[in-house]
Amino acid sequence: MSAFATYCCSLIAALVLAPLLPGIINRVKAKYAGRQGKPVLQLYYDLAKLLRKGAVISETTTWVFAAGPTLSLATTAVALLLLPLGGAASPLAFQGDFLLAAYILGLGRFFLILAALDTGSAFEGMGASREAAYSALAEPVIFLCFLCLAGLGSAEQMPMSLSLSSMFAGAPALAWTGSRPEVFLLPLVIFLLLLVENCRIPIDDPNTHLELTMIHEVMILDHSGPDLAFIHYAAALKLWFFSALLAGILVPSVCADPLAQAGLNILAILAVAVAVGVTESVMARVRLFRISHLLGGAGMLAALSLILTLMR
Amino acid sequence: MELFLAALGLLAATAALMAACSLFPHAPRMARFSCVAGPAGVMAACVCGLAAACLGPWDATAACTLPWGLPFGSGRLELDALGRVFLLPVFGLGAVCAWSGGISMGHEPAGEHNLPAHWLFYTLLVLALALVMAARDAVLFLLAWELMSLSPFFLIEFNDSEPSVRDASWVYLVAAHLGAVVLLGLFALLWQAGGSSAFFGGLDASPALRSLIFILALIGFGAKAGIAPMHVWLPEAHPAAPSHVSALLSGAMINAGLYGIIRVLTLLGPLAEAPAWWGWTLLLLGLSTALCGILKASAQSNLKRLLAYSSVENMGIMLMGCGAGLVGLHLNMPVIALMGFAACLMHMLNHAAFKGLLFLCAGEVLHAVHTVRLDLLGGLQKRMPLVGALFAIGAASIICLPPFNGFMGEFLLAVALASGVSAQGMENQLGLLLSLVGLALVSGLAAATFAKAYGMAFLGEPRTGAASSPHAPALSGLLPLFVPAAACCGMGLAAPQIFSALTTALPLPVSMPAELADGVRGNLALAAAVGAAAALLTLAVVLLRRRLLAGATQRHITWGCGYQKGTARIQYTEASFSEPQAEVFARVMGVQVRTHMDRGYFPARASLDVSAPDRLRSRLYAPLFDIIRRVCDACKIIQSGRIHLYILYMLATLLALLLWGFAA
Repeated sequence: MSAFATYCCSLIAALVLAPLLPGIINRVKAKYAGRQGKPVLQLYYDLAKLLRKGAVISETTTWVFAAGPTLSLATTAVALLLLPLGGAASPLAFQGDFLLAAYILGLGRFFLILAALDTGSAFEGMGASREAAYSALAEPVIFLCFLCLAGLGSAEQMPMSLSLSSMFAGAPALAWTGSRPEVFLLPLVIFLLLLVENCRIPIDDPNTHLELTMIHEVMILDHSGPDLAFIHYAAALKLWFFSALLAGILVPSVCADPLAQAGLNILAILAVAVAVGVTESVMARVRLFRISHLLGGAGMLAALSLILTLMR
Repeated sequence: MELFLAALGLLAATAALMAACSLFPHAPRMARFSCVAGPAGVMAACVCGLAAACLGPWDATAACTLPWGLPFGSGRLELDALGRVFLLPVFGLGAVCAWSGGISMGHEPAGEHNLPAHWLFYTLLVLALALVMAARDAVLFLLAWELMSLSPFFLIEFNDSEPSVRDASWVYLVAAHLGAVVLLGLFALLWQAGGSSAFFGGLDASPALRSLIFILALIGFGAKAGIAPMHVWLPEAHPAAPSHVSALLSGAMINAGLYGIIRVLTLLGPLAEAPAWWGWTLLLLGLSTALCGILKASAQSNLKRLLAYSSVENMGIMLMGCGAGLVGLHLNMPVIALMGFAACLMHMLNHAAFKGLLFLCAGEVLHAVHTVRLDLLGGLQKRMPLVGALFAIGAASIICLPPFNGFMGEFLLAVALASGVSAQGMENQLGLLLSLVGLALVSGLAAATFAKAYGMAFLGEPRTGAASSPHAPALSGLLPLFVPAAACCGMGLAAPQIFSALTTALPLPVSMPAELADGVRGNLALAAAVGAAAALLTLAVVLLRRRLLAGATQRHITWGCGYQKGTARIQYTEASFSEPQAEVFARVMGVQVRTHMDRGYFPARASLDVSAPDRLRSRLYAPLFDIIRRVCDACKIIQSGRIHLYILYMLATLLALLLWGFAA
């Protein structure tokens, strides 16, 4: 089976299985709390229901309100296309595509923030402000992680060291098990970034009932029907994106059969969801102003990892 | 070259005509005539100039010498690729701003302002900018530079009945002339070292002298470019000036500072032999300018002030490109050098397009609502949909979102810095990579800043009555804004072609492998294609949404979380929007919060005032100028005002000189 076919299979699996991740997280949390919990497929039911419904749209809003969910979905899908999936390089890979992926995710986020401001609601403005600030602080940390992996690829004489496909498919995955233990800091940092970017505990609580304390969920209070479905699906795809980053580092390419390798990667992604569920169960939310400290700490770890990588 | 001379001639003729008209400032007919003839003349000249800059083989150099009456210097003009690149924003933005300004100035009452004089100085500014980019002689360059520095003073002072405007124009004048003093020293040194006032590359000078010239260029030209900490005039001047002037100053004039730095670098001889610290200085200075600029921008509540600080940020990004290029040359990594310098020039072109667009949009807002204070605006997207959409395009470009043009320049710079992973030496690697991390922080903060600017001004409910019923501009008044908006979209998609054109303009040694540029162009083409694909996918999702929602939407008030009596005043404000950043970056942003609360049992009135004044001005420059003033005051002892004392001074000086002469 060619690498391209494997990539296509993994992409389809990502698009289909992404809504499973929130379901797994919720199920793990429920088990931890001794409850039965929602069905694992709950998000699929929700999406099907929302897509069939109409929408209630605020009188204050303009086209920007509708552009938010739409762009959020389209940009997350395109960013996913740039990522190596299932251990196979993306067909779009080029030198510097990690920048394009980061900025294109930024495009979706920017319009989601604007859509929140478009409603004129104080609560949604609050969420928009926090999302803007904390994503700005998360950006350098993500870049530090990417650059650390690029440094590793460059040291290993890989031809496209500045591409996501060489950072997250192959060499770095084996490096931390072998001669470069310093890279092991990276999965920790990326896991924290996953929590920040996807608004999970300890950064943000997707299940809280108090609007004042939310970040992501309060931004989308006014969206309903298909718009809300787009946002939920885009959020699931984004969760898949970050889980795939983690899986790309942690899963060594051990299987000879590319399809088996892709299956192994998907299993790893589902395992990341379990890990997120466990984290959410054992941790409390940090206070808002501590988030910057948390990100600063993650940035320091990533910088340490970068320096150690370059020292070799 | 003939076309370029024709453009200069047209500009000079327009200036002469406007000068004649300005003798009759209060005739309404004259004012109306000047608002048509002035812009028309400038636009015709700019079209000529654009043709001169674009037509013909790009790497050819045209030259001519103007008649010159002075005993020193010469009237040597040359159009080379670097000069042409910098002429594009001058003529492009010069035409667009003249068009837009002609429309908006036409509404000004004739008696209050001397409109012909305004157009005279506008024309002179464009003329001087064109001369600065083409001059190849120190004397001609300095004369053009002085004209370019002086004419904005009169343009900024347009609304001179306001004290803040008078203050701003004085700050501008002082900054411009302090920079010019340093430039005089710089060109004197160049003249001394080269033996002639003409510009030519490959200067034969000692390394120490070269470094001194480099530092002088950084200070003198940096003051014009708005490099921190010499940027204090920018946030004062841009909000005070009429919007089409701010657009031209920000999109074209501050580029002259960058041009000066690059030109002096080329004069200083083979750049590959430049000391390493030049490149690192430029890189670090650029990064700190960008960070400082964007942090101050995010704290501003005045839209035009915010845009002015964002110009500081963008100038920092361009400087980073220049620095990365120098570092790349020093490290013998042509790929970094190529992409760094190309990023610098490409970002300069892009910045001219989107900053021009944003300032002109701000001008439309000012015209419609009579304020650009974000805490008094809101809901304009609904009431001025076209201006809002144009501002959204500008905002998406300036925060470097693909597929708009801003992304392409920043992409080049970021890849140049990221290519540092394969550099020799860990300190070089770390320096380049950590600069990229800083750039990531800058771009994240820029997104937050422009989300605030667009969101607070155009989205939500109007915060005041004026914003709820603005004078919506006519479509004809908005036509000039479509030009930079089209450039924002088109230059993003045409980035590979622009990159190829720019490669000949770079201050690089000739031996640049061709496949290197091809590789970069391929990456840019892929980035543009993915951006376009994202746009198409968005379109598909829009169609899907329309299909899903067919007829099933209801309009209702915004969900107030159970509270039904919400008013526009409970919306999130601009100060609260930037509060999370202000907490993290308190030191740099310098946000001052003044609260006033009644302490009684039934508090009647409370007020909250959030501002972010430039602390560099109050803490560095004000004390500095205070010291200078005191020194000058002390020198006043000899200035008694009595004429016989002055004659005594002359006599004493004469005697001293005579004695000196005899002794020698």
